[in-house]
Amino acid sequence: MATATQTVRAGSFRLAGLRRLFGSQEAVLLGVIVLLFVVVGGINPRFLAERNLESILLGNAYVAVAAIGMSMVIVSGNIDISVGSLIGVLATVSGSLAVAGAPIVVSWLAPIGISVLVMLVIGFMVAYLRIPSIVVTLGMLSILKGGLISATGGKWISDLPPGYHLAQNDILGVPLPIYFMVALTAGAAWWMRYSAAGRAIYAVGGNAEAARLSGISRERTLMMVFAIHGMFVGIAAILFATQLSIIQSTVPPNLELSIITASVVGGVSILGGTGTVIGSTLAAVLIAAIGSSLIFVGISPYWLRAVQGTLILLTVLADLLRRRRRTARR
Amino acid sequence: MQQKSAGGTADIAPAPGIPLVLELADISKSFPGVQALKAVRFDMRAGEVHALLGENGAGKSTLIKIVSGVHRPDQGSIRIDGQEVAFASPLEAQRAGIATIYQELLLFPELTVAENIFMGHAPRTRLGAIDWPRMRAQARELLASLDIHDLDVNQVVGTLSVGNRQRVEIAKALSQNARILIMDEPTAALTERDVERLFAIVRLLRARGVGIVYISHRLEEIFLLADRVTVFRDGEYVATKLVSETGRDDLIQMMVGRRIDALFPKFDAPIGDPVLELRDIVRRPTTNGVSLTVHAGEIVGLAGLVGSGRSELAQVVFGITPADGGEIRLGGRPVRIRNPAEAKRLGIAYVPEDRGTQGLVRPMQLKENVSLAVLARVSKRSFIDRAAEAALAATSIQKFGIRASGIGQIVNKLSGGNQQKVVLSKWLASGPKVLILDEPTRGIDVGAKAEIHRLMSELAQQGIAILMISSELTEIMGMSDRILVMREGRIVAEFARARATQEAIAAAMMSSTGPMALAS
Repeated sequence: MATATQTVRAGSFRLAGLRRLFGSQEAVLLGVIVLLFVVVGGINPRFLAERNLESILLGNAYVAVAAIGMSMVIVSGNIDISVGSLIGVLATVSGSLAVAGAPIVVSWLAPIGISVLVMLVIGFMVAYLRIPSIVVTLGMLSILKGGLISATGGKWISDLPPGYHLAQNDILGVPLPIYFMVALTAGAAWWMRYSAAGRAIYAVGGNAEAARLSGISRERTLMMVFAIHGMFVGIAAILFATQLSIIQSTVPPNLELSIITASVVGGVSILGGTGTVIGSTLAAVLIAAIGSSLIFVGISPYWLRAVQGTLILLTVLADLLRRRRRTARR
Repeated sequence: MQQKSAGGTADIAPAPGIPLVLELADISKSFPGVQALKAVRFDMRAGEVHALLGENGAGKSTLIKIVSGVHRPDQGSIRIDGQEVAFASPLEAQRAGIATIYQELLLFPELTVAENIFMGHAPRTRLGAIDWPRMRAQARELLASLDIHDLDVNQVVGTLSVGNRQRVEIAKALSQNARILIMDEPTAALTERDVERLFAIVRLLRARGVGIVYISHRLEEIFLLADRVTVFRDGEYVATKLVSETGRDDLIQMMVGRRIDALFPKFDAPIGDPVLELRDIVRRPTTNGVSLTVHAGEIVGLAGLVGSGRSELAQVVFGITPADGGEIRLGGRPVRIRNPAEAKRLGIAYVPEDRGTQGLVRPMQLKENVSLAVLARVSKRSFIDRAAEAALAATSIQKFGIRASGIGQIVNKLSGGNQQKVVLSKWLASGPKVLILDEPTRGIDVGAKAEIHRLMSELAQQGIAILMISSELTEIMGMSDRILVMREGRIVAEFARARATQEAIAAAMMSSTGPMALAS
């Protein structure tokens, strides 16, 4: 009897593993991306041209990188809506430093340091003062946005020194931002899955009280999450600042929403505790590809926002259905 | 006590002549896994105080919720003035004249006394707007009719004392013309002076013909206030008596009954040196100077009513709410415990009362939950050693007989008993010297319960010092080497296993007089 259940258990475990692999948000996203390329490529083969594929990835790598940090923040049970404004500020700081003659490496690294500091302040208010992160980052959003417009007067930064444009480099014909996106995603995914600190993020987001009783410090875990998020936002800002020959003091409108969308569509539960950064990067790629494909099939790109919204709702609905079925089976 | 009814012998039908306002017959109710009420009855006459008595889990709360329309009975009938009724919602019960004052008062702290009293049925002007002057005047009138003259109807309720808030609740009930008033442990949070005022109000209402269902664990209050008393035990009706014809020993006997000693496999374990010692531990207002000792291999049962400060004491020892004063010694050495992480490092494990909110991270896998308290130990250079983690989870499944599809199963999908085993294995993985269990078998099925009891016995044999909090007297008596009773944040009695009787423990749990003599 015991051995029989043992075997059944091992068998069903393997099956469950397969089901989990194919039923995962990551697999679904990958499937949808492939489907999109096949369908749109069939309608308009120019969509599949190397240059277009490259530009899809290149122009949005920074969104994917920022979404890595955002995913960690959301897994921990929080959210950051100031990230769009912060990227704008950091890009301006970076460009201003470069124009003012600072060493180029400094103009790349200083924004990352500033970003980590800003996030530590946010993290402190969330972790120790226990102010909801949506409130803290809403305040930060207004401060940053207002400060940026006042400081720059809305002017663009041009005349950037040669060698500044990090994102315009490539290695073996592949643009640098794509390496950043892939390497950072892989590294973060591995760290989230296998490190004790990554496990702590899931535990705090899944049940902060149980985590605390298990000896995991909620406060220190959240400070760490926000600091790491700050690092990813800093890197994203540099990729954004160095991709064009000028730096606009206005980031794409609703940039923070695009980043949060990538996390949510990537399968990160807005309630915290579940989700992966691989999912969020795949979702960022999918959203970028949809934006591009709208142009190639002749639909106004203004529809992109509506498509993003639909994706969010579909993801949440699918998640809900999956959960219902699970409960029903129990 | 005016208006005491003339009729009635021991197990009584009400006196003829005084009509029944409320009559419950053959009421049954079950929830998943438990039958809360088994064919119970209860009745109420106009102008009487009828006390409802029973231990935690006897079914009192369920009965109140049925009468006040929160739950619907699976079976049985409710009659009001002889008419059968079926309440679909609390609102319908209110309309039928039933008002309930719960222990946690349901007032709006940001609104004024008058607004709270007339919430939902404020007097209106001809245009349909709230008639503020009339509302204030009526509120004042209501309060005056209850002999309350020191309460400003414009004051915000959040600033009032608990006693005053309770008076507002009572006025609110009367503003809805309640004829049946249910009070659930109304004196639990009151000062002595407030208790006296409450009694005066209750007597006033009784004289006006309101029927009052009075629930309290304080037996002396029942003798002071009630006309009749009904006792429930384990969801069953035991008896209804005239208060004048019963005594406290009689009532305690009815509450605990003569139950078969449960067949818990408590093995004898050699009792060693003191492991956990508390000296005058204080954390106000719930822990008021507690001293106790738990030895290696010993299971100490901590009995007490809900609210007596047992779980709060456990939380002090585990550093969740650190002590303000007193001394904790572990293995003879004084220690300071300021947070759960420190307690864990010192070898204390705490299996909390509420698995869902405190024990488990539900979206996580079984193996991730089991390793949560020992992440450092299953990690190499701060990365998790997956083989070690899997081995730990597999051992736990085997040792505790956890029924799961595998170590990767999400714990949310496990049954209650299996979830409890996961929490237990999580804490035992940390290799504790002291194990604090808060209601270790609440809400789990009989089989899993016996397994957890067996495990506790084995752990004691391995020399772990166990402090077990339980509201089930049979569990306390079956598992403990020694039994401590808490009341109002203090240890009030101690019994050796051989000397303990259910009656003596129950008496110590409930009374502030009397059974102190039984202590040790």
